[in-house]
Amino acid sequence: MSEKRIRVLVAKPGLDGHDRGAKVIARALRDAGMEVIYTGLRQTPEQIINAALQEDVDAIGLSILSGAHMHLFPRIMDLRREKGLEDVMVFAGGIIPDQDIPRLKESGIAEIFPPGSSLEEIVSFVKSHTKN
Amino acid sequence: MSQSEQTAVVPRIEGKEFTTISGHPVKETYSSQDLKDFVPERDLGKPGEFPFTRGVYENMYRGRLWTMRQFAGFGTAEDTNRRFKYLLQQGQTGLSVAFDYPTLFGYDSDHPMSSGEVGRCGVAIDSLADMEALFDGIRLDRVTTSMTTNAPAAMIWAMYLVTSEKQGVDWATLSGTIQNDILKEYIAQKTFIYPPRPSMRIITDILAFATPNVPRWNTISISGYHIREAGSTAVQELAFTLRDGIEYVEHALRAGLEVDDFAPRLSFFFDVHNDFFEEVAKLRAARRIWARVMKEKYGAVNPRSLLCRIHCQTAGVSLTAQQPYNNVVRVSLQALAAVLGGAQSLHTNSLDETLSLPTEQAVTLALRTQQIIAYESGVPATSDPLAGSYFVETLTNELEQACRAYFDRIDSMGGMVSAIERGYPQRQIQDAAYRYQKALESREKIIVGVNEFVTSEEAPIDMLLIDERAHESQCAKLRKLRAERNGGAVRRCLDKLKRAGEGKENLLPPILECVREYATLGEMCDALREVFGEYREPNFD
Repeated sequence: MSEKRIRVLVAKPGLDGHDRGAKVIARALRDAGMEVIYTGLRQTPEQIINAALQEDVDAIGLSILSGAHMHLFPRIMDLRREKGLEDVMVFAGGIIPDQDIPRLKESGIAEIFPPGSSLEEIVSFVKSHTKN
Repeated sequence: MSQSEQTAVVPRIEGKEFTTISGHPVKETYSSQDLKDFVPERDLGKPGEFPFTRGVYENMYRGRLWTMRQFAGFGTAEDTNRRFKYLLQQGQTGLSVAFDYPTLFGYDSDHPMSSGEVGRCGVAIDSLADMEALFDGIRLDRVTTSMTTNAPAAMIWAMYLVTSEKQGVDWATLSGTIQNDILKEYIAQKTFIYPPRPSMRIITDILAFATPNVPRWNTISISGYHIREAGSTAVQELAFTLRDGIEYVEHALRAGLEVDDFAPRLSFFFDVHNDFFEEVAKLRAARRIWARVMKEKYGAVNPRSLLCRIHCQTAGVSLTAQQPYNNVVRVSLQALAAVLGGAQSLHTNSLDETLSLPTEQAVTLALRTQQIIAYESGVPATSDPLAGSYFVETLTNELEQACRAYFDRIDSMGGMVSAIERGYPQRQIQDAAYRYQKALESREKIIVGVNEFVTSEEAPIDMLLIDERAHESQCAKLRKLRAERNGGAVRRCLDKLKRAGEGKENLLPPILECVREYATLGEMCDALREVFGEYREPNFD
């Protein structure tokens, strides 16, 4: 019996144009056997959640380096709830100071990967926190 | 290695292959044999003489130290004006403006996409009123300003020009820089608005306007910094930057401009990353390659057309959130490389910049780093002190050769705009970024404090916090602006700008008119959005 591949949406919310990390993560997840859809830049919360719905993903990875995460992430998590996507695991990374992490996790973000995180830990987290 | 082991750590520099941080092979020893085909008269020359390997000016730092120019900006114009004044008081010798994301994209602070972003990564500038507040109490004839603006550079520059005019400053004496390097936006920084071809038209309009009207202004800061930060190797940074420069020259010539009119005001901006000698060699190679291209390919006669004048910034990507005080050491070495490489202007990063914009304390230390090199190290006393080094000269030669190989490849694609449309530089950078990350994961490359010499508990450091006040303040200012300005005049000017965009006339005069009537940045950029459309980046995976 073939195993269904994990589907991940890698998204860049807001105006932040730094995509090095998002692209490296997308590639690492693909190398690990997952199907990855990269949204491209300048995505609104609505566009991200719609893409997650349409692509029927198991997880959403949010990458942000502009400092606007405390504004954009809550909107994304609200929309996720509204659209009934609470079984889609959400993880995030980029420039996210430690002091913001507790509130983000309370909103339902499963894990935050700050600067210096390894690809290995991210890939293994996504694998172990999504249903196959 | 487990953190609980108490055995002494033997410094490991393992690896059968030694390379620079970008993968360029490095031999155990270099000797005169490596330079047996080197012709000093042809390849080295003297400082201030073709091919300028040793420096753009004869007396280099003896004549004038590099400009200490810290990139700064956050919150409102008033907030940033205070930081500018502080930095000037602390001895910085030039200004450099960081704009927030909405301003970079030509969105006003009250645009839906600006939500959450106002004042976070730079200063919010919505109109001439904000530009005037930004330079309140700062005489623009006594300081030079570099502005990191690309897609809306013409509008931002126009605001600066009108601000200086209102201060009674003659444009003929005004000096500064606009980054205005749209090609690297598609390649790396990604703050584009319009598609490539109309964007090149805006740039040639800026070049054409500058020569007679603002002759001392640096019209483009042709940049490698962002390309390197996006993950490129040093060779790619060198090659894509200089090839972008060549592309601007080509487009300007096609637009009917004279090379010796605009070339003297093209300037360059490179990263200074960790690999010390590679960075020094890169800057030396850049000068030599550019001088040769301008002389041999474009027949430039004005000696100033041949100069690759360089601003450097220490590598943001090399900073770590872990053990942030290590960053002070990294920045010191990188800054020293920039000085040994002969840069004209330098920004040094602050130790806290991995997680936020710099606090006052952190940026002061970054500035002091430059001042210590300038006044205590003795390094500026002589030009290009590393000249003649077997290693540095060999590396300079090798980087030039590798760069030219990239030129050939890009030329065969029909030039840089075509190469960008195909995703060539973007894919090169993505691949290099991935290779580097894998090298970190396998510990082939070590980052102190991150994958080696890790500390488990760290005391938090102070951080600069940006809140929603900037957004609220800007929205209030916009309401006031719209109520007080002459709405009819603004509409007429915006119409004229749109028609100019549809036609062939130079865009600067209609933009200046809009600025003087207090049209907002968003309004002006939207007028051209209606003509040129917006660029959406294809997925180049």
